[in-house]
Amino acid sequence: MALIQVEASGEARRGQRRATALASALLAPSLLLLALFTYWPVLLVGAQSLILDRLGDGGRLGVGNYVRLFADGHFSSALRNNLVYALGTIAPSLALALAFALVLQANTRIAACLRTLVVMPLMMPLVAAAALFAFVYLPAGGLIDFYLAKLGHVRPHNWLGDPATALAAVVAVTVWKNTGYYMLFFLAGLAGVPGDVLDAARIDGANALQRFRHVTLPLLGPTFGFVIPIAMLNALTQIDHVVTMTQGGPNDATNLLLYYIYQQAIQNSDSGLAAAATVVSVAGLLAATALARRSLESSIHYAS
Amino acid sequence: MRVDRLNLGLIVAAAGALLWATPFAWMLVASLREGLPIDIASLTPSGPFSLGNFRSAWESGPFLVWYLNTILMCGGIVAVQIASASLAGYAFARLDFPGRDKLFTAFLAQLLLIPPLLIEPNLVTLVHLRLYDNLLGVMAPYFASAFGVFLMRQTFRSIPIDYEEAAKLDGAGPLAIIFLILAPMARPAMAAFAIISVTAHWNEFLWPLIVLSSPSHQVLTVGLASFASGVEAGSDWGVLAAGTLLVAGPLLVVFIFFHRQIVASFVTSGLK
Repeated sequence: MALIQVEASGEARRGQRRATALASALLAPSLLLLALFTYWPVLLVGAQSLILDRLGDGGRLGVGNYVRLFADGHFSSALRNNLVYALGTIAPSLALALAFALVLQANTRIAACLRTLVVMPLMMPLVAAAALFAFVYLPAGGLIDFYLAKLGHVRPHNWLGDPATALAAVVAVTVWKNTGYYMLFFLAGLAGVPGDVLDAARIDGANALQRFRHVTLPLLGPTFGFVIPIAMLNALTQIDHVVTMTQGGPNDATNLLLYYIYQQAIQNSDSGLAAAATVVSVAGLLAATALARRSLESSIHYAS
Repeated sequence: MRVDRLNLGLIVAAAGALLWATPFAWMLVASLREGLPIDIASLTPSGPFSLGNFRSAWESGPFLVWYLNTILMCGGIVAVQIASASLAGYAFARLDFPGRDKLFTAFLAQLLLIPPLLIEPNLVTLVHLRLYDNLLGVMAPYFASAFGVFLMRQTFRSIPIDYEEAAKLDGAGPLAIIFLILAPMARPAMAAFAIISVTAHWNEFLWPLIVLSSPSHQVLTVGLASFASGVEAGSDWGVLAAGTLLVAGPLLVVFIFFHRQIVASFVTSGLK
């Protein structure tokens, strides 16, 4: 009896060892690639941000790169712009995405057609969108000024060249590009809102706004919990239009964090400054995501 | 009353959606205009129309090379991603080994740390691997996909284990089980993943811009950017519209034909 048990547990151990060996073999290709292109660069960025070799102090460790970073006016502009950009892209694109989803959720041909129009920018490269919007914003001859002139407004405006409107113009491209993508998730979320709950609320005398506020919106909590972190990641990482439309200008008005990192790393070959900026940006993204998750969770609890 | 409000909402949404489509409409109309019309911004011009802008665009850049490079890049990335993600997804779905959940979390870190954020160190790595200015260098950081692993793990978990047990009794090894038994059943998930991945990489700009330097190695997005700056300098907006359509067109056409499946794929990327 005891002998059988020992044999069985030996068998189990052998099985466990075999599973571990097999898992190692199956995971090896992915792990090797992740080590090479995700984990190692993270370590390298952390190390580079703390190694001072630019000012001729021969690879000493220290926080000098961070000191230089926060003393750099271009970085503070990029940080400030990126906060404005994040808020200015996320709030309108989520609001528009939800509004489109609410109205276009019907299973009719016309709603399907209109949904397709809103989603189409998702399928296009951001640089292609930037190329189109370079014309949309063209002073005098461009799409906006051309039709404003038809409405009687004759003063052409340099939307991308004026520091007062450049960031808003870049924000608009992002909102145009991403709203349809977020709408898809709201459509999926709305499909999961049970009709009988809405009917019950209607019978209880709740009007459309109350039904939205107290039934639909709380049930969309998980959708927001998924979409907001994606939108935050996009606000940090999607800068193709800045590269091609404005190069961060005029006068740093559209300089964003990743563009700043790109400039330091590639154009100025200042890896210490680029690394420090990367650490600050990723830490900021993680903090913002955690904060959004937490406040979202507490608001869901409150609503339910 | 209710019906009225619904119609009002639909009218506002329709106006919004049409506004959304305006840049596309302009691209289509302007790409077909002839010469350099003053009212190139007009969405309702009277003509004349021709395909001349497409010819000019095609001749002002090696579009054929850009297409081939882009197709090669997307195809290569997706093929390796699906293979590596199937192996890892099977390990996470079916095998019991110490540290499994921690390792899975470590995989998911890649969802956040995408290559553009790690431009500089990844570029250094590529130079060491002699992959700078090489299409393989653009592809390499994407070969492992945390999202792919996540998706394959979910998919394999949803397949009853009986199929594998039967195959094991017949003497099938793990690779045969993954690629001959499970993969065919996971085809819808793989297709969804391929759609998302191809869209992302067809449209990607910053990373290929940094890695590639020779004109003959460029992909469509980087080619478009250099092409566009040249055309904009000459104010040849019809050619710009045609060139943009050449770059964005293929995915847009695919989208219009496979609308339902593509939308469903993007929604699966939101699976928790």
